[in-house]
Amino acid sequence: MTLSTYFMEATYLIASILFVFALKGMSHPETARRGMFLAEGGMLAAIIGTLIGVHIVTWTWIIAGLTIGSIIGAWMAIWVPMTAMPQRTALSHAFGALAAALVGVGEFAAKSHEMPGVTRSALGFEVMLGALTTTGSLIAAGKLQGVIHGKPIQFKGQNVVNLVTFLAMATFFVIFLAHPEAAAIFYTLLAVAFVFGVMLVIPIGSADMPVVMSLLNSYAGLAAAATGFVLGNNVLIIAGTLDGFSGFILSVLMCKAMNRSITNVLFGGFGSVIAESTSTAGGVMREIALDDAAMQLAFASRVIFVPGYGLATAQAQHAVRELAELLEDRGVTVKYAIHPVAGRMPGHMNVLLAEANVPYSSLYEMEQINPEFPSTDVAVVIGANDVVNPDARDNPKSLIAGMPILEVDRARSVIVLKRGQGRGFSGLENPLFFKPCTAMLYGDAKSTLTHLAQAVQHV
Amino acid sequence: MNPPVLIASIYVFALAAFLGYQVISRVPPLLHTPLMSATNAISGISLIGSLVLAGAAHYPNFAHILGFVAVTTATINVVGGFGITDRMLKMFGERKAKSGDKAVAK
Repeated sequence: MTLSTYFMEATYLIASILFVFALKGMSHPETARRGMFLAEGGMLAAIIGTLIGVHIVTWTWIIAGLTIGSIIGAWMAIWVPMTAMPQRTALSHAFGALAAALVGVGEFAAKSHEMPGVTRSALGFEVMLGALTTTGSLIAAGKLQGVIHGKPIQFKGQNVVNLVTFLAMATFFVIFLAHPEAAAIFYTLLAVAFVFGVMLVIPIGSADMPVVMSLLNSYAGLAAAATGFVLGNNVLIIAGTLDGFSGFILSVLMCKAMNRSITNVLFGGFGSVIAESTSTAGGVMREIALDDAAMQLAFASRVIFVPGYGLATAQAQHAVRELAELLEDRGVTVKYAIHPVAGRMPGHMNVLLAEANVPYSSLYEMEQINPEFPSTDVAVVIGANDVVNPDARDNPKSLIAGMPILEVDRARSVIVLKRGQGRGFSGLENPLFFKPCTAMLYGDAKSTLTHLAQAVQHV
Repeated sequence: MNPPVLIASIYVFALAAFLGYQVISRVPPLLHTPLMSATNAISGISLIGSLVLAGAAHYPNFAHILGFVAVTTATINVVGGFGITDRMLKMFGERKAKSGDKAVAK
């Protein structure tokens, strides 16, 4: 080994250590930012180390790629609004996975004849995971952005088609291991994996996006780890594994928060099922006038806001903070209740509210806040539906039975801000809306909240 | 990859998985979105594999071009990922200071 190779390996080791420190910093908002600076330093060191340690013959492509990538990356970092965070994250899963898949194809093109069996199987995994994550993430991003319809796309025999695609992919993988030089087999594997990624995500509805995002995150990480195995590069294995496991842990947490298994999310085709008469809901929804709602809030002593995806679509995060501050100035205690799967990705609501300057000390997790609802005067539900559906708790026949919910229905009174009278993404009727203590306030969440704030000022 | 290297790699993988589990299960739900974008940026380390493909000797031209695309997308992830993570974390950090000021004012 030459001196420059030692230097390169040293930067890789440093980068690995700094990455772990960065994730450790994530355990608290106070230390998180400093941790990320360490990771950035580690990344920079590893890049410089590589450029010094590897014998580079053509700089053109490297410089072009780094420049274009930096410009697009910086543009994304600065201009992407917080409400578009799920789409951005899905896109970045696609980019990461594509990079892994392409490195795999390049390695195959250059070295397929001299590859031992172990490297070959790692290469197969890398290309397969990379390709299916790329197309899967692009579909997810399209759904989140609204380019593709958010409702699950389903057809008869879909699970059979998916299973066949999966088996085809597995078969080509095995054939590839046996015939490493057969380029046709390798590229067919790649193509089938691209198709499988599409098939995997199109039947999944928007409400299940938090799970899908976490799963794709995991796959993208594992693809990077597989790249590490192919190249015999430890820092790639470490960083990829950290990413893969982070995504895996999040998937498990999200599934728990919906009381469903990963298989059920992937193959259940939830959200398309129109609820039969399994719901206990019935009766009339009571509408409330804006001024009455404002009055109710202004004279309450404890108010809890419950945001859902509707808050994000209406971009109402600033409006809710303004209303909350006015109430606090009147001496009302205001808290926010965040369900783990509210929104389209893990932690979605927290980020939106943080953007609107809501202090994170007012954001409460489900387990913390649920005991407080009975002593709450008004719970304000903003564009959330399934996460506050009492049927999940009370009606064992409900499609979402067993899903832990925010127990909004135990509050003394509830005001629900909703765009219209329609059902939520799961298509379920929500008995909360028919309860005597619940009042409905229809309209765009942002303008409703702004008008509420004005009305509160005049009380 | 010869057997000793493979075994060492599997050790690295297993230990990283264990360490990842320990560290990441302590991240509060509050920071789950920044966590996802941070781990994404970190796994942009596949950039170093892309750099080799784009520029090193012993690769055909075709591979250099694939490498170029990979360098581009990986760089987008690194620069965009770290940038946006920092933007989010800054929001979470500032909050405390502001609410602190407010408490003092009262």
